[in-house]
Amino acid sequence: MEVEIKQLLADLQSLDQSLPDPSLHASLHKIQSRVEHLANLVKAEPVRRSKVQDMSTEVVDSNPYSRLMALQRMGIVENYERIRDFSIAIVGVGGVGSVAAEMLTRCGIGRLLLYDYDKVELANMNRLFFRPDQVGMTKTDAAVETLSDINPDVVLESYTLNITTVEGFETFMSSLKNKSFRPSKQGSGVDLVLSCVDNYEARMAVNQACNELSQTWLESGVSEDAVSGHIQLLIPGETACFACAPPLVVASGVDERTLKREGVCAASLPTTMGVIAGLLVQNTLKFLLGFGQVSPYLGYNSLKDFFPTMQMKPNPQCSNVACLTRQEEYALAKPERDAAAKAKLEAELPTEEGPLHDDNEWNISVVDDSEPEGLDTRSSDALPEGLTHELPTADAFQKLPTDAPVTDNDDLEDLRKQLEAINSA
Amino acid sequence: MEGWDPNTKSTLTQIPLLSTKAGPRDGALWTQRLKEEYKALITYTQMNKSNDNDWFRISASNPEGTRWTGKCWYVYNLLKYEFDLQFDIPITYPSTAPELELPQLDGKTHKMYRGGKICLTVHFKPLWAKNCPRFGIAHALCLGLAPWLAAEIPILVDSGMIKHKDDASTSTES
Ligand SMILES: [Zn+2]
Repeated sequence: MEVEIKQLLADLQSLDQSLPDPSLHASLHKIQSRVEHLANLVKAEPVRRSKVQDMSTEVVDSNPYSRLMALQRMGIVENYERIRDFSIAIVGVGGVGSVAAEMLTRCGIGRLLLYDYDKVELANMNRLFFRPDQVGMTKTDAAVETLSDINPDVVLESYTLNITTVEGFETFMSSLKNKSFRPSKQGSGVDLVLSCVDNYEARMAVNQACNELSQTWLESGVSEDAVSGHIQLLIPGETACFACAPPLVVASGVDERTLKREGVCAASLPTTMGVIAGLLVQNTLKFLLGFGQVSPYLGYNSLKDFFPTMQMKPNPQCSNVACLTRQEEYALAKPERDAAAKAKLEAELPTEEGPLHDDNEWNISVVDDSEPEGLDTRSSDALPEGLTHELPTADAFQKLPTDAPVTDNDDLEDLRKQLEAINSA
Repeated sequence: MEGWDPNTKSTLTQIPLLSTKAGPRDGALWTQRLKEEYKALITYTQMNKSNDNDWFRISASNPEGTRWTGKCWYVYNLLKYEFDLQFDIPITYPSTAPELELPQLDGKTHKMYRGGKICLTVHFKPLWAKNCPRFGIAHALCLGLAPWLAAEIPILVDSGMIKHKDDASTSTES
């Protein structure tokens, strides 16, 4: 095609020179410029970029990482290239998860694990990322297609499954534990789990897995009315887990009755989802690359452009057994943490006399664990303005005394047959 | 129990409560829980039959009791509309309720999530959370599915989205 067009241009050129009548030159030049435009269009045909061995700091058009590596030159990030060592699991590849995956892909993340059981539908087109020609594909396959085009350096793994089922959960757990990408890594095979699911059941499943694996994760969510959202950092044993207290919702600040409409399950906006995905990945980058502060909880009320924040300590009466185990471990490791904090403080102590931490603009204080950690720490029933609980806590539940009518001589098979008999009667 | 009709309320109180807090990954405790589920379902089904309000059939479709399948039906204008019913027991059960699915109605109503999962009222999840682990499958059917069918089936029939099976000649439904 390119050769053909070149030939055509050459023919026009010679025609131009041999034309005796100058009045025809104008229209001939018009044809020439059209053919030149066509030649450019042909050149712009999609090209797949090849893999990059090392992230270069060189500022050239052909370097996909030059603007990211500039973060290092500016002193924001100490070592940007470390991003290639990290693995992130994204659970739920919907309006938030797909955008988060694209952001991390463009940032050059080492490895992404994607989990979703759904397919792309036309009804998803009000959100970002997926294209109409991907309708009918699984969200995980469609995401891998787009992401590997954008950045072939990222290792992509996709899992088309429902993590709340027994089978799906087992695969989820084993994929998180797999350390073949970086065998020297401590703990699980991933550095952070991002929960981008849209329902309570799936969040509780992520919570279960992360509590069992002692895996730090970031929760995200957008309200069903599409006008508010949140992100939350969960470190098993150290912060409240998702089951420690009923989930929080960002109060919309307007009369609820004017928002709740019967007849629909959920609304969605690409804007709210984009904001939440941005906040989620920003905090992911801060967590991975060690710059700034990771928000323990950040709410977003779009109607008032209000961003409430807070911190939550674990609940010693949490109903989740794995959470309690993590809490015990965290308490046991207190002497180690204290020693590490003390050593850090001493290392940072200036040799000459001077005010300690004069440049501590974020007011990070190294306080004893038993002390309340600043004014933002609240017990779960005292919430800051703009936040409410979505569900009540379970009523106090007294276990039946063991001599109560616990007829444990019941046989499961008998009961099953009894139900079958009634069903077919 | 605000937001519930008196009928649902009185039925609910007659379903036996469960006591074992265990999910499908909890081994022997899950077997114990499963026994309690069966007892509650047996009582509830018998109760419906004797009240002339029989409206579902459900049974475990695997030996572990984590997948359940059956039928539910609703009578409207003297015609009976019957649907397949299915759900999985989530690994976080009973902290989270099973998500009840009516696959044949997928895409026919806004009151449904992807895959035919019914959209429960704002009252369901708070009540379930408050009563964990005392509520089981029978309670989920009574509080979740029964009110959903009563609210949605008349709308679906009146709007022509679903047709009665005897009316199949004028319908493209199977
Ligand atoms: Zn907890």
